[in-house]
Amino acid sequence: MEIIMSVLAGLLFTAGVYMMLQKQILKIVIGTALLSHGAHLFIITMGKLNRGNPPILTEDVTKYADPLPQALILTSIVISFGVTSFLLVLAYRAYQTNGTDNMEKLRGNEHE
Amino acid sequence: MLHAAVLLPFLAAFFIPFIYRGVKQVHLGWFVLAVPILLFGYFLTFIKNVLQGVHTLKTFEWIPSLGVNVTLYIDGLGLFFALLITGIGSLVVLYSIYYLNKAEKLGHFYVYLLLFMGAMLGVVLSDNLFVLYTFWELTSISSFLLIGYWYQREKSTAGALKSMVITVFGGLAMLGGFLLMSDLTGTTSIRGIIENADLIVESPLFSFILILVLLGAFTKSAQFPFHTWLPDAMEAPTPVSAFLHSATMVKAGIYLVARLSLVFAGTDLFFLIVSGFGLLTLCWGSYMAVRKTDLKAILAYSTISQLGMIMAMLGFGTKAAILAAVFHILNHATFKGSLFMVAGIVDHETGTRDIRRLGGLFTFMPITATLAFFGAFSMAGFPLPIFNGFLSKEMFFEASLFKHSSPIVESVAPFFPYLAVGGSIFTFIYSVMLFFRTFTGKQRDTLEKQPHEAPIGMLISPMILVALVVIIAIVPDVFGKSLLAPMVDSITGKAVDPHIKFWHGINNTALYMSLAVLVFGTILYLTRTKWEKVYDILPGKMSAAKVFDAFMNGLETGSKKVTNRYMTGSLRHYLVYILTFSVVLLAVSMSVTGGFNLSTDDLAPIAVPEVMIAVVMAVAAFGTIFMNNRIAAILVLGIVGYGLSLLFVFFRAPDLALTQLIVETVTVALFLLCFYHLPDLNKEKTPSRTKVVNWVISISVGVIVTLIGIASHSTKMFEPISEYFIKNSYKLGGGDNIVNVILVDFRGLDTLLEILVLGLAAIGIFTMIKLRPNKKGGNE
Repeated sequence: MEIIMSVLAGLLFTAGVYMMLQKQILKIVIGTALLSHGAHLFIITMGKLNRGNPPILTEDVTKYADPLPQALILTSIVISFGVTSFLLVLAYRAYQTNGTDNMEKLRGNEHE
Repeated sequence: MLHAAVLLPFLAAFFIPFIYRGVKQVHLGWFVLAVPILLFGYFLTFIKNVLQGVHTLKTFEWIPSLGVNVTLYIDGLGLFFALLITGIGSLVVLYSIYYLNKAEKLGHFYVYLLLFMGAMLGVVLSDNLFVLYTFWELTSISSFLLIGYWYQREKSTAGALKSMVITVFGGLAMLGGFLLMSDLTGTTSIRGIIENADLIVESPLFSFILILVLLGAFTKSAQFPFHTWLPDAMEAPTPVSAFLHSATMVKAGIYLVARLSLVFAGTDLFFLIVSGFGLLTLCWGSYMAVRKTDLKAILAYSTISQLGMIMAMLGFGTKAAILAAVFHILNHATFKGSLFMVAGIVDHETGTRDIRRLGGLFTFMPITATLAFFGAFSMAGFPLPIFNGFLSKEMFFEASLFKHSSPIVESVAPFFPYLAVGGSIFTFIYSVMLFFRTFTGKQRDTLEKQPHEAPIGMLISPMILVALVVIIAIVPDVFGKSLLAPMVDSITGKAVDPHIKFWHGINNTALYMSLAVLVFGTILYLTRTKWEKVYDILPGKMSAAKVFDAFMNGLETGSKKVTNRYMTGSLRHYLVYILTFSVVLLAVSMSVTGGFNLSTDDLAPIAVPEVMIAVVMAVAAFGTIFMNNRIAAILVLGIVGYGLSLLFVFFRAPDLALTQLIVETVTVALFLLCFYHLPDLNKEKTPSRTKVVNWVISISVGVIVTLIGIASHSTKMFEPISEYFIKNSYKLGGGDNIVNVILVDFRGLDTLLEILVLGLAAIGIFTMIKLRPNKKGGNE
């Protein structure tokens, strides 16, 4: 299972990176979202999958899934959510101010 | 006391601005004059000690843990230079009082000059390599300031910059050599290094050290091909040119070579480099000087060539050569100092230094002309016993005929006398030209001022120097015994007979060489218009100044080109660099360390629903790439997010699944909110090459991530820490939900900062939407 999930994480990375290499800001934002999904999947896969119950203490259960990666991912999800929404609004404002969403046209003046 | 002497110029420099502001009636130079005179008198008292072989050594602890202490050491060599610096310094300050108008920024001038004087004293008296280096760079800096004294003129600043670049380049190379030397010998003291010279000479790094140290000496002393800064430094006020660029600073390199002679001399490499480049500099400098028409430019090239001559003699390394070298240092300081002052007077009284516009000044300025006569003919080495230049030139010729000691020396040494004579012929031509074209012939009426004799105050300094020229020539032994003998002693480590002969007897090669110089020099001077075209061919485009300019320009445009080539301002390019680098680094380190391995031991069983979700997610992820409709792209992105939260359900992570679900919903909502304002996705017309590059990079990133995932899963190095959390979640944290206990209890700090991130993002979004620059540039 872990190998399949590693492959899936790799595919998410591939798609994310490809989107980030595009010119439109919206595509780049989608790319970062895909990349963070891939990273989260990667972390949970590394913590080993399906070894016991959900990490909530119950009577008579001794085997639990690793709780630490879950805590890390939880933190990461929130942060990437914050960053993604910020990026999204930034893209919106940049488009409003500059009248273009093409990154190649948004270079500094000295590169004209 | 000795430390106070070196410190005195710096202290005086500190107080100069106050005096300058406080006392307006008296020329500032009079206050400054006291410093070098005082120091000169003080250093004179050491002569007796040095003659008896008593050397003074004083240490002031500066950084004892690094072995860097301000150790001052007075022996013959140091004392001679200290006397030269303070003596010429006094005369130059006196001269500058009459040369510089009170309307100039005198405060700056004398502060720089005193800084330079202190630094130069530090260079020649330091026994510590790194203190010497410190003072060395201080002379570069103060020289830079002095050359750029008239900073409104473009030429001054350009000359200052050039001298700074070249001398600091050499200084840094020298520092490298010093570091290696102190590392090899384990001491930072110059005397200590001389004692352990074997360690350096026998080390495999010897030639490297030698070249580094000599780079410092050659750049400072304007040796070929680093001489190019000196003519440009003539933009400085004339007293500065006389002091720094003829008598003192340019001899710092000579001093260094002389000081370290006991370490390096005797090796073939030292001989070849120092003598070879010295003679080359001698010939090239005198050859170039003949072409120049500006008095100071002629003097600059003549300084270069004379420095080359001294350097060559230090390279010969025989006792006679060293004696000739130190004698010529003294002589050169006297006649070159006086000539610069004469050039300054001519400039001051006629308004030009161009010899094409000068002529016939003898009748107007008889005293100046007489001074110039002695200076120029002494420089030419004219065979009369009233010119000290003749004595040292004669000794130079004699030294160039030295006995050969090793095969390499033997193979090149026979050429040296010819080079020496060749260089001297041109020296003769420009010296004679300097005098005759300025002071004799027809007077031109193109001058701005009616020429007249200079004020007496301006003439005192060159008079003293010219008097020295004659006195040294008449009684050379007095100077030989008191100053030169201890100096040769310090350089060679052996006592020497300081007797300087004027008359070598009729049957003497050196005399014939002198006569040859006289005859050929006169002939070439008289026929100079016929062969002057030679200069269009030989320096032509090859002069060192042009090479330097081309090099600097090339450096600038080259680095600009390189930077513009990769700093394109395109986000995509930068991402390509970052990702390519990461992938290559990871792939290489993985294959080099054999980091990849595959083990199927500890895998979880494959479940069909999870695989199906994975397939859907993968398809959706690639779907975003090919969607040309923005709403579809956003929804497809949502599928990936919801798929992930489903996976979290399967992987026994209820909190994650919950959060992912909510966050994905909010994100999609946010996308859809913004979506109305965002432009539609357009089909990008990307060149297929770019597309291929993008695919290659993204696929290789994905492959690397997959490989790392598999490899790290297959490598189990230690037990996870999670057992601790599971055991103590209830006991210590008081909660059943282990993930939540970790978030708020075990690792609460993460959560605190994550809240901060969210808060910042919220504030950022608020500001971006609310605050907009209005037309006036402020915020609404």
